[in-house]
Amino acid sequence: MASLDIQGVTKSFGATKVLHGIDLAVADGEMVVIVGASGCGKSTLLRIVAGLETPTGGKVLIEGRDVTPLEPADRDIAMVFQTYALYPHMSVFDNMAYGLKIRGLPKAEIRARVQEAADLLSIGQLLERKPRQLSGGQRQRVAMGRAIVRHPKLFLFDEPLSNLDAKLRVQMRAEIRRLQKRLSVTSLFVTHDQVEAMTLGDRLVVMHEGRAAQIGTPMEVWSRPADTYVASFIGSPAMNFLPATLTEGGAAARLAGGAVWRFTDGARPGGDGRAVTLGIRPEHLLADGADGLPLAIELAEPMGSETVVHGRLPDGTALTARLPGGVPGEGLRVAPELPALHVFDAEGGRRLDPA
Amino acid sequence: MRKKVIFRGAVLPYLLLLPQMAVTLVFFFWPAGMTVWQSMQREDAFGLRTEFVAFENFLDLFTDAIYLNAAWNTVVFSTSVAALALGSALFLAVQADKQIRGSGLYKTLLVWPYAVAPALAAVLWLFIFHPSIGLVGRGFSAIGIDWDYRVNGGQAMAMVIVAAAWKQVSYNFIFFLAGLQSIPTSVLEAAAIDGARPMRRFWTVVFPLLSPTAFFLLVVNLVYAFFDTFGVIHALTRGGPGNATETLIYKVYVDGVQNLNFGSSAAQSAVLMAIVIALTAIQFRFIERRVHY
Repeated sequence: MASLDIQGVTKSFGATKVLHGIDLAVADGEMVVIVGASGCGKSTLLRIVAGLETPTGGKVLIEGRDVTPLEPADRDIAMVFQTYALYPHMSVFDNMAYGLKIRGLPKAEIRARVQEAADLLSIGQLLERKPRQLSGGQRQRVAMGRAIVRHPKLFLFDEPLSNLDAKLRVQMRAEIRRLQKRLSVTSLFVTHDQVEAMTLGDRLVVMHEGRAAQIGTPMEVWSRPADTYVASFIGSPAMNFLPATLTEGGAAARLAGGAVWRFTDGARPGGDGRAVTLGIRPEHLLADGADGLPLAIELAEPMGSETVVHGRLPDGTALTARLPGGVPGEGLRVAPELPALHVFDAEGGRRLDPA
Repeated sequence: MRKKVIFRGAVLPYLLLLPQMAVTLVFFFWPAGMTVWQSMQREDAFGLRTEFVAFENFLDLFTDAIYLNAAWNTVVFSTSVAALALGSALFLAVQADKQIRGSGLYKTLLVWPYAVAPALAAVLWLFIFHPSIGLVGRGFSAIGIDWDYRVNGGQAMAMVIVAAAWKQVSYNFIFFLAGLQSIPTSVLEAAAIDGARPMRRFWTVVFPLLSPTAFFLLVVNLVYAFFDTFGVIHALTRGGPGNATETLIYKVYVDGVQNLNFGSSAAQSAVLMAIVIALTAIQFRFIERRVHY
């Protein structure tokens, strides 16, 4: 087990810059999830840590040792691939034992370690099978087992759950988290799925266009997103954004439609007239008959205990609300829970906190 | 899904099969039958009388030192050609599979030898290895090797092996390259992370995954070396010096066409036919079992 430090890592493919300097410190035993849309550079970053790609600039340190110039073989890491990447010509046992055989461990110890990992993952009865005789979930377990037996310093996961069906994905997600906690291996997990990211990580790195838009615990990222990208990416359904301007000396914002929402946590800098973007999550909108904004319903999705309502404000701004109970009738008015309001700079989308 | 058609009566299906059956009968079974029949005949020197001698031609063959020598030549020649052609093709394919600049051109050039007719290929090699006008031939002489394939049987054998293998490299190369490219990159990356160095990766992951391809090519190459190399040998050495490069297929030609010993030549053909049948049977029997995934 070890710590991982990524220091100013950049990567260019020709003239295309895919990573613009990533800094990240992962503590011993911590699980950090790198999340982002496809093409944001998250897989490239993971492959740089693995040693499968060479960074253009910056350093990767494992346990304080600079491993940037080392081959993957010398980094003492294990990786679970999206496609599992099992050796098709080897039995499950040989797949798991391969790395140990290369290191020249005694036969008895290899057998013991594989057996232990197989029991942990309940694939003990599959050891003689070939990968093609296994189901997707079983292959996934073997890939995990191959990583576990090595007792590596670092676990790397490259979207390992995206080839599984929805039910199995939820099950394996929980299992990975349980295993990681139990073995307390420092782990880096890449995914594009924000639910996976929220549930798996001790901390998240939200990546956007080759930069770490925000690094923090799942709740930090959810409750205080650093910019509009993170705010829209984390949380489902996505956060609503409303154009507005500061008023009352920065203590409130006037929406395009004229309504004024007062901040409960203090005035924002910049003074009256500064253009801002207000963010409010669908679950923080309440049905309010009295002084809410009228919402013309375009689509209502009943979920049973709650209903997701997609509609438009009178000025044409789209708004999504998650309301308890069944489908609301005509004349719906919604109002925000003002303490849950997020304020972003209209220019650049950075979060604006009270001065 | 193929649609199953049910015919009324048996006449039409047989009628439809007839052309294919006729072709097979006329061009395969008939000549094959004639060969077997002729292999049991013996003709006198003037072609006036023919007598039935049963298996005597075969017995003569297997006790004939020249025939056994040709058989040994064939074994040496075929295994060397197969080994050389497969080995170099695999090496070249592994190089081509790496992401290198100009790999498209490299691949195209490697495929060219396959389009060269055997006799032309042989002439090319003749110009390279000829002791007095060949580049390599003169080079050998210059560094003190007494090079003359027209006199030295071993050198002649080496030359026909190289020439014959060179022709087959292209074919093998295409199959190996396709095989290499069908191996997922992530599997190799997984092996790298598991600690395997490139050589180890090659022998424990790449090669086993290529083994169905390699086995298929081995049989194809053996068949090629046995039966398709007449042109190369004929143009380069005519089986000589002495009988040093006379293989079984070449001897069939020499005995049947030049020496007009039809009975013996037919018996040799029958032996070769049995070898082809055996190779094909091995191919069909093992190719499925050896496939790993």
